[in-house]
Amino acid sequence: MTGSNRLEGGLIDRSKPLRFKFDGIGYSGFEGDTLASALLANGVRLMGRSFKYHRPRGPMTAGSEEPNAIVELRSGARKEPNTRATTAELYEGLTANSQNRWPSLKWDAMAVNDQLSNFFAAGFYYKTFMWPAAFWEKVYEPIIRKAAGLGTLSHKPDPDSYDKGFLHCDLLVIGAGPTGLAAALTAGRAGAQVILADEDHLPGGRLNAETFTLGDQTGADWAAAAMAELSSMPNVRVMTRSTVIGAFDHGIYGVVERVSDHLPEPLPGKPRQILWRVYSKRAILAAGATERPIVFENNDRPGIMLASAIRAYANRWGTTPAKQVAIFTNNDDGHRTASDLVAKGVEVVAVIDTRTDAPGSDLYDVIAGGEIDQTWGRLGLTRIEVKMPKGGIRRITCGALGVSGGWNPNVHLTCHQRGRPVWNDAISAFVPGDTLPPGMIPAGAAAGDFSTHGALVSGRKAAQEALADLGIDAKPTDLPQAEDAPVRITPFWHVTRAKRAWVDQQNDVTAKDVKLAHQENFVSVEHLKRYTTLGMATDQGKTSNMAGLAIMAEVAGKSIPEVGTTMFRPPYTPTAMGVFAGRSRDETFRPTRKTPSHKWAEEQGATFVEAGLWLRAQWFPKPGETHWRESVDREVTQTRKSVGICDVTTLGKIDVQGTDAAEFLNRVYCNGFAKLAVGKVRYGLMLREDGIVMDDGTAARLAEDHFVVTTTTANAVPVYRHMEFVRQCLFPDMDVQLISTTEAWAQFAVAGPNSRALLQKIVDPEFDISNDAFPFMACGAVTVCGGLRARLFRISFSGELAFEIAVPTRYGDALIRRLMQAGAEFDVVPYGTEALGVMRIEKGHATGNELNGTITALNLGMDRMVSKKKDSIGSVLSEREGLNEADALKLVGLKPVNPDHTVPAGAHLMTKGTKVSAANDQGYVTSACYSPNLGCHIALAYLKSGDTRMGEVIRLVSPLTGIDHDVEVVSAHFVDPEGDRLRA
Amino acid sequence: MNYSGFKVIKEALTGHRGWGPAWRDAAPQAEYDYVIIGGGGHGLATAYYLAREFRQSRIAVLEKGWIGGGNVGRNTTIIRSNYLLDGNEPFYEFSLKLWEGLEQELNYNAMVSQRGILNLIHSDAQRDAFIRRGNAMILNGADAELLSTTRIRDRYPFLNVNNARFPIKGGLAQHRGGTVRHDAVAWGYARAADQRGVDIIQNCEVTGFRIENGTCTGVETARGFIGAKKVAACVAGSSSRLMQKAAMRLPIESHVLQAFVSEGLKPVLPGVITFGAGHFYCSQSDKGGLVFGGDIDGYNSYAQRGNLPVVEDVCEGGMAIFPMLGRARLLRSWGGIMDMSMDGSPIIDRTHIDGLYFNGGWCYGGFKATPASGFAYAHLLATDTPHETATAYRFDRFERGRMIDEKGMGNQPNLH
Amino acid sequence: MLIDHPLLGPRDASEFVYKGDASLINRPDWQAEDALAKFIDYGYLRDNPASDHRELWFHEQGDRSWLVVTRDTTTHEIKSVELARDVARREGRSK
Repeated sequence: MTGSNRLEGGLIDRSKPLRFKFDGIGYSGFEGDTLASALLANGVRLMGRSFKYHRPRGPMTAGSEEPNAIVELRSGARKEPNTRATTAELYEGLTANSQNRWPSLKWDAMAVNDQLSNFFAAGFYYKTFMWPAAFWEKVYEPIIRKAAGLGTLSHKPDPDSYDKGFLHCDLLVIGAGPTGLAAALTAGRAGAQVILADEDHLPGGRLNAETFTLGDQTGADWAAAAMAELSSMPNVRVMTRSTVIGAFDHGIYGVVERVSDHLPEPLPGKPRQILWRVYSKRAILAAGATERPIVFENNDRPGIMLASAIRAYANRWGTTPAKQVAIFTNNDDGHRTASDLVAKGVEVVAVIDTRTDAPGSDLYDVIAGGEIDQTWGRLGLTRIEVKMPKGGIRRITCGALGVSGGWNPNVHLTCHQRGRPVWNDAISAFVPGDTLPPGMIPAGAAAGDFSTHGALVSGRKAAQEALADLGIDAKPTDLPQAEDAPVRITPFWHVTRAKRAWVDQQNDVTAKDVKLAHQENFVSVEHLKRYTTLGMATDQGKTSNMAGLAIMAEVAGKSIPEVGTTMFRPPYTPTAMGVFAGRSRDETFRPTRKTPSHKWAEEQGATFVEAGLWLRAQWFPKPGETHWRESVDREVTQTRKSVGICDVTTLGKIDVQGTDAAEFLNRVYCNGFAKLAVGKVRYGLMLREDGIVMDDGTAARLAEDHFVVTTTTANAVPVYRHMEFVRQCLFPDMDVQLISTTEAWAQFAVAGPNSRALLQKIVDPEFDISNDAFPFMACGAVTVCGGLRARLFRISFSGELAFEIAVPTRYGDALIRRLMQAGAEFDVVPYGTEALGVMRIEKGHATGNELNGTITALNLGMDRMVSKKKDSIGSVLSEREGLNEADALKLVGLKPVNPDHTVPAGAHLMTKGTKVSAANDQGYVTSACYSPNLGCHIALAYLKSGDTRMGEVIRLVSPLTGIDHDVEVVSAHFVDPEGDRLRA
Repeated sequence: MNYSGFKVIKEALTGHRGWGPAWRDAAPQAEYDYVIIGGGGHGLATAYYLAREFRQSRIAVLEKGWIGGGNVGRNTTIIRSNYLLDGNEPFYEFSLKLWEGLEQELNYNAMVSQRGILNLIHSDAQRDAFIRRGNAMILNGADAELLSTTRIRDRYPFLNVNNARFPIKGGLAQHRGGTVRHDAVAWGYARAADQRGVDIIQNCEVTGFRIENGTCTGVETARGFIGAKKVAACVAGSSSRLMQKAAMRLPIESHVLQAFVSEGLKPVLPGVITFGAGHFYCSQSDKGGLVFGGDIDGYNSYAQRGNLPVVEDVCEGGMAIFPMLGRARLLRSWGGIMDMSMDGSPIIDRTHIDGLYFNGGWCYGGFKATPASGFAYAHLLATDTPHETATAYRFDRFERGRMIDEKGMGNQPNLH
Repeated sequence: MLIDHPLLGPRDASEFVYKGDASLINRPDWQAEDALAKFIDYGYLRDNPASDHRELWFHEQGDRSWLVVTRDTTTHEIKSVELARDVARREGRSK
């Protein structure tokens, strides 16, 4: 037997000893131990320090409700702060360190706070640290921040992976204690699809921690047998180490499976944890109950624990926090702990029962009507003082004190959809109310049914009820005989004369703090919580909320339910942020969309840039080019001189077909489309219903009843969604169909004076693409490269003679290679998004920077496009006065007066001679670039009355970037304003 | 009762027996000059400034539950004035200035902490937009600074700059931005208003308006009729529900916004940081919890709770910029009901009913506006003219086409 | 949330994109005398009920149907789901 406090028996595997370290000291435990049980077995009670007063603390519980024994588990990048020692499964080589203490757990300098606790009463910080005013941020707050916080993050990227999954079932059973097992057996045998989830690695719940029998088996054996049967059923999925963290709408539950937390590190290829979204038709809440403490003087010393936790450590883990244990109880369950401990050979020095009619015992000394008056032991309990019923104090030496204040049903998940629990006098606790998440049935201890027999029967009944709802007939399962003790409790919440008695142990909220909150009128439960921080610690108030409510009720002279109810929000237990993110992190944070020419562009050494989810070639550096501008200037110059090619696949493409297609486009575009000839393309301006420009693009009429609409890259999805809204919701009888074909076609812009000559080498000869046969704004189906179907559009974003050619996506890579090959004789260049941007600015075309969601057709100088002769989206609301001001912003071009100056985007514009201020703001720069054609920087901008201010010199200011100089207002069409090149 | 260093020490040494209620639980009187509906941050601030700044009296704040229980107690505590549009920026800058003097003004430590806010930039177009915004801020008298990626890394060494899907290309900082202890704002205003005679009446739900000949003369409440010369609605997410009782339809939808806090951690984040390629913003409270949030759930809701997909989306954003957060645990989530307006900007205005005023449409930016909203609303109530920084916040801006649309998303509230 | 698509059965709400009140189907007549006033109401005013709400959802990650979902905004309970096109026709919209 290892460890000074190890007992016989338990569900640990003594053939598998494990070594571990806590605060650098080596210990050993067994497989099946938690960090807390192994430390207790080694005689270690001190495991942490409290948040505010840095009081020495040991474990209070044996489960996920633990407030005190929280440690930094593991080291390096895998360090996990605030890990509950009571649930951390022991593994070989485990390392853990205490936290929130300096220099050591035993000698913590910040414990001086405890001496100054008079100053640190509830809400003290709201009343002080205000003088002198500047000291809050400079002096007080930095000190507070440094002192606050619990554990430390690793500061390194989490090396583990996480995953997500989806599961569906008829019945989700939450908790695998007696209730959950009975429910799962009943439903499983009936053939229903069942998921049984439990946070523990060992199903059975309290059955593993109790000594009573089910039929002729121990509880643990019965649980193991039930599990064996359930595991053999193909329709049942048993999930251990799986916490149901939240009950969301429509029967969807979040379940976190800790796949690897019990291992030194995840096995290769395995995630650390998985977030399951479980879609259930019904759910049974069989989450059991949590014992609650009693509040008394210095009730927070290491060794003072919940009685049921001491019982669990003895029965399940074969350990005890001390050799001499006392019990403080207000109900019969405390006596159960006492007799179990006696059976294990632990000396029970006294059972102090607050009830004057407490049951007696032959096994231990019962002090009926006694109360704990004081406790002693700086780093661990050594002695208690009991106020005797007939007066006087009795001092009792003991190393541990088990406290039982009754049990609270684990109603947490019933509150996740804002259901409120209701008070049940018989058990002096809140039980699930009527407003449950739809489909959820609480059962067993979670519903206030505390006996084992009651749990089994309740679980079975809940399963039958749930399945009957689903039309599945579940026969009653035979259940074993089990204990059926009634709950006998006389509520006793706190020892009233205590001076310092802890309600919320982690956050150091005392009974006095609760009373002070009342004195200052923070009476409602929510005020109490927020003012004192009661229940806001990492244990989420699981063991503290009730006592806080009870004390508030007492000082307010109200009943507990009058003061309020406990409310719980997701998650049930604190949950790693990594598991919510799953695989969405680093490069795979979001999908990456690649253009058809991506691989080819990579081969050319292109630099790529994110455009939404797309990666697009930004420029194609040539050997010897050391600055991106060199590459971009060359691409622009060569395109304008000869020919350039750019992948424009990312632009949205929407196929519009049907006899009403033209009329449909008439409605969605503000300009007219009804009369567009087949084989022609038209620029289209699309407004939102509020009259603001939504998007622009082109619509090509390929046939009487067939158009292809293009959108900007960013708006491909919203525009399609909008068009479907117009089609389905506004004009449902129009004969028109839409489909997004963005991914279906690879599309390249071929621009420059030699673009036609190049394309003539690609387009099959039977298609005449001469200027006469295929003029500006022509479109049509062609074939290329000897029969491959393609679409050709004579449209230009660059301002040059230009085409866009589209082929089915899978031919995109081949086409770019063929185009480049065919273009070799013209010194063709590929160009990226930067050159594309330069050329469109030179031509004065608007893109996303200009169409920023606040811009009208009037601002763009396109107000005459908004037809008033037809019904189109946005035309009516575009008439509002505020959108038609006399001095409205107009799109203009800007050139620096000093050609060496830049004209940066984001700068604001001021009239010369006026003060630089918001009141004098005349507009702002939307897009800017260096124009190799003009030999200077140029920009597009919105300027008040800009169309009437051509030639005016104005002041461009960007105080953010330290720029203030003069620019000249010019036409936005810097290059070829007459459009001769387009039509060449 | 004034809080002073002397008083704090005296009480500490004498068992805190001398602290009185932070505010009185007042019983409703038959009539007031001003009845403010809604004991949230904005309502309490309105009452305070009415009494202090505008020297008005006979003021009541009616709260259906307990004060500070709405969005002022359910937010991510951020204050900032980094707005783009002229209709907004002066107002939020005014608010930030009021925050800066709040503790001394209220004699209550609301822990205004100007540790800065940083908006990350991930694309050239975003940089252009942020430069325009930063310039607008400076032109309106606020502070702004464009930070390089190197400087950002110095301050936030744990940022993912090596293998990020959307690389960080800089950031726009407002160093005067920061956080405030949100609950304390409600309590501080309540206490200061109470000291100036304002009646704070909890558990007093307004069930109707008494409107006679186009004039509002008072409110029906759970505790009887209360007459008022002026009735001021200030109920955020419940705006449509309340104003429906006056037969008004509003340019507002109610949406749920979730927010989150992690377990307490030793300091890692010095200020507020927002991700620019997803929905995630985060700061660290003085207690050590990471306080973070993201986008609204996106559907009309009064349920004060959200769903899992948004939790996942927010944590994905967090992991994208801080991959160390994988092992930090999310402790608690909550949901507030946002009064999402049609252009993303608020309304502080008279209604077409005489004596009935409205303040709402704060979307999820109401917390930072609390002082200015209270001040401007008090100004409107006391003088019947809008405060100089709130002249654009009118009902008629929609019919006039003068929307204040920071995000450029148009008349769809869930996109703002 | 789960939306019981009339054609496809129950689907997770995250497959859908939300738009808003189904009154957006009732787009005013552009030629009405008070068309501007009607469009302002249509565009900007909402009932925003704390009870059943008829609202538009688009099955973007699915069959691209617009749906009219009737959902209680206080509990999120979904009472009915219809194709928006059927609703639009029923409410008198055509071409």
